[in-house]
Amino acid sequence: MTGPGMFRHLAFESADDLVFGRCPRPLRCGFGVELGNGSVAPEVNFTLPAMTLCEATWSQAVDHYRVMATEIVGRALFLKAPALVLEFEHLPPMTERAEWGAEITALLLEILRDAQERHGLASALRVTVVDTRLRQRPPRVRSDDVWLPLEASLRACAGAGAHILSIESEGGKEVCDAALTHGDVDGVLLALGVLAPADMDWLWTRIVGICRDSGAATMAGGDAACAFANTAMQLANQRMLPETFAAVVRAIGAVRGLAAYERGAVGPWKDCGYEGIILKAITGSPISMEGKSASCAHQSPVGNIAAAACDLWSNESVQHVRLLSGGAPAAFAETLLYDCRLMNAALSTGNERVLRDLLVESDVCLSPQAAILSPQAAFAIAGAIVAERTPYARAVAAGSKAVELLRNARDAGRLVLSAAELAWLQRIDAALCAAPSDVQELLARTQSRYGHLYDAASYGLQ
Amino acid sequence: MTDLSRLSSSVLSGDVNTVRQLTSQALSDGIAASDVLALGLIAAMDVLGRRFGDGEVFLPDMLVAARAMHAGLDMLKPILAGAGVAPVGRVVLGTVRGDVHDLGKNLVGMMLEGAGFAVRDLGVDVSPQAFVEHVRQDGAEIVAMSALLTTTMPEMKTVIDALCEGGVRETVKVLVGGSPVTETFARDIGADGFAPDAYGAVAVARLFVAAT
Repeated sequence: MTGPGMFRHLAFESADDLVFGRCPRPLRCGFGVELGNGSVAPEVNFTLPAMTLCEATWSQAVDHYRVMATEIVGRALFLKAPALVLEFEHLPPMTERAEWGAEITALLLEILRDAQERHGLASALRVTVVDTRLRQRPPRVRSDDVWLPLEASLRACAGAGAHILSIESEGGKEVCDAALTHGDVDGVLLALGVLAPADMDWLWTRIVGICRDSGAATMAGGDAACAFANTAMQLANQRMLPETFAAVVRAIGAVRGLAAYERGAVGPWKDCGYEGIILKAITGSPISMEGKSASCAHQSPVGNIAAAACDLWSNESVQHVRLLSGGAPAAFAETLLYDCRLMNAALSTGNERVLRDLLVESDVCLSPQAAILSPQAAFAIAGAIVAERTPYARAVAAGSKAVELLRNARDAGRLVLSAAELAWLQRIDAALCAAPSDVQELLARTQSRYGHLYDAASYGLQ
Repeated sequence: MTDLSRLSSSVLSGDVNTVRQLTSQALSDGIAASDVLALGLIAAMDVLGRRFGDGEVFLPDMLVAARAMHAGLDMLKPILAGAGVAPVGRVVLGTVRGDVHDLGKNLVGMMLEGAGFAVRDLGVDVSPQAFVEHVRQDGAEIVAMSALLTTTMPEMKTVIDALCEGGVRETVKVLVGGSPVTETFARDIGADGFAPDAYGAVAVARLFVAAT
């Protein structure tokens, strides 16, 4: 058994203490970066332009990464940034070929090390591998043929010196996708309250072990409910799903995330995991978040509120294309740097709560997805989660609390819901009220709908 | 005489049993299967499509209705085939080689089927050759491709090249989509159409078949 075990209390005395740049459990990592210790740093993520990635083009890909990182560092130095975090998020071939992921990791570290030695820039490198275990259907996420290549990539990146190791894991997605498209709460509970936490438990025990083997040079960072709650969010953005449903899925997604911390992940939680604020309330660990300055990657209705409690502020991902001001990654680094300057000025002048509240106020009434991400809402959902003792019970509690918060906000006139959204909120509420009392009953109830989609043994269910 | 508007209402409410009963009754009343399809089943999906566009219903509601529509369609298919009535269009669908994202592609398939298209879903990580073979095999009029990574987008051009080399490019319209795909990219690689989402894909596919 690794990790601190089950969280039973919140890390903050009150929701008002949840603010950007401050954590009860700050981290120090990389080349002198401090996270959650009174400042917010930019986390810049970048990716290749449209190009084929293969043996023949690999040297071009490496050149792209060299140019992107060099330009980002140059922009940070120009703007006198005190700290910078780079995220190298793999493309699938970079995880499949462990030596490729390690090569880029080493290259980026060299650029950051040079910037620290020559210019004193504090920095860190997060490396995020791709969860390559779910190619087969149903996926067997614990089998050697899919785990060993992933493990090799994780070890190679840690061996190459990654400061923070992360993944956007997908165990349970095979059920969650189907549940989302059908708007089925039982399916979401199965995916995010049973399968995904079981997979997180298994996977993060191993990732923490890999980091321990690195001699603590590499931190077991975090994960994200990207494959789950962000899928719901994007479907809601396209009006395929109600926003109320996406909001409830986000709250439930926090339960899955907590399992990583309970196995020893230390943060920072991944940027696209908007559930991070709920996890920060429980664990007290730093989180990365993304919002308006990630519009290069996707739209979202939580652009300002997402910054309310961030410790790293990210752009999610941007392609290496040329803009008038230079490369797009450097341009978005500048945007992030100015966002962080403002937050850090607020922190240093004692105005962080003022700015935090403005960030919240500007979004919270306009979207159900924003309404559950305010410090007060996140704190309430976090409290509902730690009051329960099993992932499944936590999932039901998180979903029910989210419904209650949305209904209260609507009743108080603080959130406008269309008739269709309101009808869905009532459907979700009814489904949660009728949720099975335990996992066995849930498994039996959902067997005919989802049993063919997942391998029970791969989640320790047989 | 069976009231086909009742059949449409039953599709809209997802009432599978009533759809089956009214479809059977309509055929017994001597209503042509093609009319039952167009005025009862597809008409309902058109209404739902408009409601979807207006934000009154969501994908799960569409799927419930689609399931009811298919209950009726399954009864009509043998009759329509015997009478030589073809589906609205035939689509070969897949996520390109090297890419395993399937949710968006699946949504496109569901929406196209709901609109009366016959869809051959080749799945994910589909080779260019597989697209070509199934176009030939099915006599498809449309190839719909999805990619979610900047590094797999170029594979769409490879598929189009393979369609050309296979001598079937002139027989199909190529529709592309996926998060990083743009209209400009679609034009640059020689695709015939681009859709930003599943609902848009249906609209483009309808334009394709209307133009043929």
